[in-house]
Amino acid sequence: MMTNLTDLGVAAIRDGVKNGTFSAREVAEAFNANVAAAADLNAFIVTTPEKALEAADAVDTARAAGKALGSMAGVPIGMKDLFATKGVQTTAASHILEGFTPQYESTVSSNLWAAGAGMLGKLNLDQFAMGSSNETSYFGNVISPWRRPGGSNAQLSPGGSSGGSSTAVSARLAPAATGTDTGGSIRQPAAFTGITGVKPTYGRCSRWGVVAFASSLDQAGPMAHDVKDCAIMLGAMAGFDPKDSTSLDMPVPDWAAALNSDMKGKKVGIPREYRMEGTDPEILKSWDDGIAWLKDAGAQVVDISLPHTKYALPAYYIIAPAEASSNLARYDGVRYGLRDLPEGAGLQDMYAATRAEGFGDEVKRRVLIGTYVLSAGFYDAYYTQAQKIRTLVSQDFENAFKECDVILAPTTPTASFGLGEKSDDPLGMYLNDVFAVPASLAGLPAMSVPCGVNSEGLPLGLQIVGKAFDEQGVMNAGLAIEERAGFTAKPEKWW
Amino acid sequence: MSVNKENVAKIASLARIKMSDDELERMVPELNQILGWVDQLSEVDCTDVEPMTAVIPNTLRLRADVVNADPKTGGDRRDDVLANAPAAEHGFFGVPKVIE
Repeated sequence: MMTNLTDLGVAAIRDGVKNGTFSAREVAEAFNANVAAAADLNAFIVTTPEKALEAADAVDTARAAGKALGSMAGVPIGMKDLFATKGVQTTAASHILEGFTPQYESTVSSNLWAAGAGMLGKLNLDQFAMGSSNETSYFGNVISPWRRPGGSNAQLSPGGSSGGSSTAVSARLAPAATGTDTGGSIRQPAAFTGITGVKPTYGRCSRWGVVAFASSLDQAGPMAHDVKDCAIMLGAMAGFDPKDSTSLDMPVPDWAAALNSDMKGKKVGIPREYRMEGTDPEILKSWDDGIAWLKDAGAQVVDISLPHTKYALPAYYIIAPAEASSNLARYDGVRYGLRDLPEGAGLQDMYAATRAEGFGDEVKRRVLIGTYVLSAGFYDAYYTQAQKIRTLVSQDFENAFKECDVILAPTTPTASFGLGEKSDDPLGMYLNDVFAVPASLAGLPAMSVPCGVNSEGLPLGLQIVGKAFDEQGVMNAGLAIEERAGFTAKPEKWW
Repeated sequence: MSVNKENVAKIASLARIKMSDDELERMVPELNQILGWVDQLSEVDCTDVEPMTAVIPNTLRLRADVVNADPKTGGDRRDDVLANAPAAEHGFFGVPKVIE
């Protein structure tokens, strides 16, 4: 065959299948083969080649019968193992959910299958999506396909928590993957691996059937090679769902059809507080490149202020653990998952033993922090204060958006780092999300788009944050950057 | 604010996570580092600021008052509900003896 099918993205696969250039089955087989050959990357917790083939055959049959095909028809994808998939183990990368086989399908994955996508497997992640390097999974680290040049074989982080997703897309094991973003978990891994990821407005994608971490922040989104692929996939994932009380009851625009990189008449805000002391000069340089590209696309650049930026991350590390400690109370060894029942133990001992055995260190740390900040005597000082700061962070954005249409900033303070380099420094790890968390706290749509490589040859990403419900404006600006960045770097295959 | 080993043991007990002495010792400095860092929030004057309750303005809906309006969240799913239980007997979740 002339084209290497695994080099193609969502749009090219969908259109090729529709036009009969190749069959959906051929595509699924090609990606299944890449998945099977990439065990070294540890991107998948379980692989489901038969599911990918089954979905592909259904698309090929529908096409042969002259039926209308869905927006993702013939596209095999990776599913982050945080989405409940009927009959397929769903673990959140934890021991406590090992062997858990949902009896139902999450809304987002249902939507994707209804649009004609197929499942290559369940992707590894940080345990319960808590982590920024994919080193907290019970099923082992995910290894980035990227390496520093010069013969160093040091294993690099694919970012987290959607590290299996970023590795799978970057290494061409899947043309696209689902991610979830609570405080940067789509954008940071996308930036670390040279791919594109979109966190939509809070409420766009249903949380029903997504293992809960911090419910007021959790939001699913697409991770793929380019902006158009993300726009297509987000269109398939999003939509009102009465089963999620925070689901947005509003129409889903055809983002892919309306993509337009002409920025004439648009104002791009540059938040001065993001120019933090100690930020890698190469990151600042990439930011300047992004400013120049958006100007070239016709945008006017304006200086803006988000005065409470420095408080966003500490507020997040109160709010997210508080919600997590409450959400994770359901893992009790009674209804599903692991049970550790020591000889002669009562109910309370069983809870404590099960949770000790089933949760990893980072999960325990956050559950303890969350329990502490919600406990009597500390609730107001920590939790209420953090929620007030959250209001202020949100108001900062509201004020800024009086002066601009979108905001441009780096996605991360550094490029990817080596596995193990930060894992014994929880606080240092948290600082990875310093640029990503403010948009999460405000529930705003945001994306990361690749913008180049640093002097070590590792990818860097730029972040665009938009007004609530304006995914279109975010992706349009992302497209303007994509067209000008000319990002073509790929990891050299070593696995 | 900072915590000592006794505080951490109390928190772990509230969170129903069994922890050994070694683990408690290890958690103390880790938690104190994080708590020390989040303490900077107290320097922000939040007089007259309302705590955030809903990040995107939304209204809570009521579903139609119909039994099993959505079969996925309706009743009559006992076997599905029990399918992943570590111990299920006679249509119930099994637990160790609760009443002494």
